[in-house]
Amino acid sequence: MKYLYFPGCSLKGTGRAYEESFLAVFKALGLEVRELEDWNCCGATAYMSVDETKSYALAGRNLAIAERSSDLDVIAPCSACYLVLNKTQKGLKENPELRRKVVNALKAAGLDYKGKVRVRHPLDVLINDVGVEKLAKFITKPLKGMKFAPYYGCQVVRPYSTFDDQYNPVTMDKLIEAVGAECVSWPLKTRCCGGSLTGTLPEVGLRLAYILIKEAKKRGAGAIVTLCPLCQFNLDGYQDKIASKYERVDIPTLYFTQILGLAMGLPESELGIKRGIISAEAVLAGR
Amino acid sequence: MSENKPKQENLPRVGFYICHCGSNIASMIDVAEVQKYASGLPGVAVSRDYKYMCSDPGQEMIAKDIREHKLERLVVAACSPNLHEETFRKAAARGGLNPFYFQMVNIREHAAWVHEDKKSATEKAKDLARAAIARVRFHQALDKKRVPVDPNVLVVGGGIAGIHAALTLANAGKKVTLIEREATIGGHMAMFDKTFPTLDCAACILTPKMSAVKAHPNITLLTYSEVNKVEGYVGNYKVTVKRKPRYVKEDLCVGCMECIDACVFKEAKFPDKFNQGLGKRKPVYIDFPQATPKVVLLDPETCIELKTGKCKKSCAAACDRKAFDFNQKEEIKELQVGAIVLATGFKAFDAKRSPQYGYGRYPGVYTALEIERLVNASGPTSGEIVLRDGKHPKAVGIIHCVGSRDAKTNKWCSRVCCMYSLKLAHLIKEHSGAEVYNFYIDMRAPGKAYEEFYDKLLGEGVHFIRGRVDEVTDWAMTPDEEGKLVLRVEDTLAGFVRRIPVDMVVLSTGLEPQADAQEVRRRFNIGCGSEGFFQERHPKLAPVNTFTDGIYIAGACQAPRDIPDTVAQAGAAAAEALALIDAGFVELEPNTSHVVEEECCGCKSCVPLCPYSAITFDEVKKKAVINEVLCKGCGVCAAACPSGSIRQNLFEDDEIFSEIQGILK
Repeated sequence: MKYLYFPGCSLKGTGRAYEESFLAVFKALGLEVRELEDWNCCGATAYMSVDETKSYALAGRNLAIAERSSDLDVIAPCSACYLVLNKTQKGLKENPELRRKVVNALKAAGLDYKGKVRVRHPLDVLINDVGVEKLAKFITKPLKGMKFAPYYGCQVVRPYSTFDDQYNPVTMDKLIEAVGAECVSWPLKTRCCGGSLTGTLPEVGLRLAYILIKEAKKRGAGAIVTLCPLCQFNLDGYQDKIASKYERVDIPTLYFTQILGLAMGLPESELGIKRGIISAEAVLAGR
Repeated sequence: MSENKPKQENLPRVGFYICHCGSNIASMIDVAEVQKYASGLPGVAVSRDYKYMCSDPGQEMIAKDIREHKLERLVVAACSPNLHEETFRKAAARGGLNPFYFQMVNIREHAAWVHEDKKSATEKAKDLARAAIARVRFHQALDKKRVPVDPNVLVVGGGIAGIHAALTLANAGKKVTLIEREATIGGHMAMFDKTFPTLDCAACILTPKMSAVKAHPNITLLTYSEVNKVEGYVGNYKVTVKRKPRYVKEDLCVGCMECIDACVFKEAKFPDKFNQGLGKRKPVYIDFPQATPKVVLLDPETCIELKTGKCKKSCAAACDRKAFDFNQKEEIKELQVGAIVLATGFKAFDAKRSPQYGYGRYPGVYTALEIERLVNASGPTSGEIVLRDGKHPKAVGIIHCVGSRDAKTNKWCSRVCCMYSLKLAHLIKEHSGAEVYNFYIDMRAPGKAYEEFYDKLLGEGVHFIRGRVDEVTDWAMTPDEEGKLVLRVEDTLAGFVRRIPVDMVVLSTGLEPQADAQEVRRRFNIGCGSEGFFQERHPKLAPVNTFTDGIYIAGACQAPRDIPDTVAQAGAAAAEALALIDAGFVELEPNTSHVVEEECCGCKSCVPLCPYSAITFDEVKKKAVINEVLCKGCGVCAAACPSGSIRQNLFEDDEIFSEIQGILK
């Protein structure tokens, strides 16, 4: 199976551990991944609220390049990219006036867009294209005895429930069970991590992040497992600030691709395990 | 067609009448102008307008003109033929004219009501009038056919709707067969503890009616049975019924239940469907003490003898009536009936489809039907409110509109949930003393004594919080939330978000069409609305009729409704069936198709096309044959016939082409 890969800014910056583990795992599974040529910023959710049409055109350029280069599905591992590209795809399909404007803009840049691209999340690909049964064959070092809290965040399931339920998503739960670990039952799977509020309104943002890490720890999770670079950043990166404002929690936040890679026996160095601010060393030592 | 055209001087004498319909038509169409215009059209002998043509004087004017002016054809331009075609046909007949020498023009729904420009609407009315006057010349004298009606009735579904319809019909002296899919009649009502707003015991008012069904000499009760096939037409339906094996002979079992005690399973250990899985039953069981018929049955999924053939069959040994028959097979029965009442009920919304409320994940979350069984004295806990973990709840939250008024699941209001939630709130408080919270969007209590019941509950100290609950979690933010289920809700009256910790959550699930409603509607050749409930013929004026004559609907299979409305509707459906039967015959519209035998080439193109299975093929003559009783006059065969040998009354080529020419002139 072959896919195009849209990294977006995070996977090249704060979410490098995500990119490293995603590419390593896909390679080990025999899934071919090619980075989209000359990609640009997806616009994230912020630009959508500044100028919607321009933001559609910005994201549309990536779709147009993907369509021009092949008929492969585009994998967008970052939740914001995944949402914006899906929203653009949907907007261009359902709104002829918007479509006309965006396609005109693309034509000025020598591009065109027919609307054929499918935007996928790597978790969707692993569970639905590869499948849990096939994944099991690659698991050589099951993460026995470890307990993880699956944390999906908001954008991957809302507003579009493309591959999982909006209220109670379960795909990552299946992956956690597939790697031999225990999935902590908790109801905060899609509760807000603080998003950009950790930077703009820290008194609100930090509290939201604190609620999540505290509850995960309380329910016995050794680590939180997530699929979004911003969630990972908020939960992992602000624990000192949270400690000074509330209490020290100390729980690492890993990407689902990292725990899958570990269970597949890939070396920690290829999976960016050490990039976490809160070290996962103690938790993973029990393997 | 021109050679068939009657010569100008031989044209039949047409009377043209245009109705003002008060201001309905006259405000958008210049009625006088159309009247004057029509008077100049060829063949028109009389042209008049009148304020209400359907009134007695209007009709009398038409009848008198027919006699005095020797009219041979009649055209009335007024409303939809659905409303008054029959009225004017009768007026024609009173004047001595064959009622099918008449054509109605709909200038109200088709012109006055749908246009905003009076001039164009008037022109359109003229076009339509001209077309009708052109076509009516070719009309033939026709007669309605009469077909006798079989006086027996089939009622499908043994809930309160079917029970009431069957009893009404049987009391009127009709022979009724009542079919129920489950092992006992009673339906959902039999599961309820009390009924709102009177709080009388559901079983106390239902079981006498169940016994009356069983004892009634005019009712044949077939439980554990389903309709397989329906053939025929109004007044003459042939119905095939499948009877599932109970492995117990119904005529021998007296319901002593000694076999249940004797079963090799000493403990009941299988989930009891009637008690919503909260109780347990043995492989040999009876749903509830007042089950009707009071006959036990065996569950083939769990009975050792039926599964393996290696049981010592202590149940059969304990039966001194020798009622057990482990080799019982499915039975097929055929019935002949004139009318059918469908009362197949509803399905409760599957609460797992709203995962935010945690049903199936948190043991403390229940559906309303489960609570009905929990508060019931004959239920699994004998009426004691005990949680799945054995504890008694101190606080209970009831969430309204689960699977109702929700864009993600069902958009409709299920109509009964507000009231049953109030009832359950009262019963839970009475049985357990717990604090009870109702979370509602709007309180809908629009029945007799319903608002008063709500008022009574307010006085009982039940808490009411207006707002749709966002989620139910076991996530504690404060020490007093520990170990509780927390409901998070925006209190839209207080204007802030609240978190209410409780021990038990009740989901007031909505009413949905039965899972097999589409299959059933096809079997009975009736329609379903977009939401999947059976479609009535008219939402206001024919609420228990369907588009198939002789088939009536009652109760929650048509839309969510409570017991009083269901019973009223069941009575209405029974009355409609009686009106059909007691007339003794049905008159069929003569707009049917027929085959001109000498022109039929026997290609059989028409046979599979007929949606009513009215066309057969005569293998000896090699010709198609149309059963005019089954034909509904849809015209598909006439249009498809390659040799043009199928003709349809009132839609002959002459009539259609002259109408088209009339409109295009």
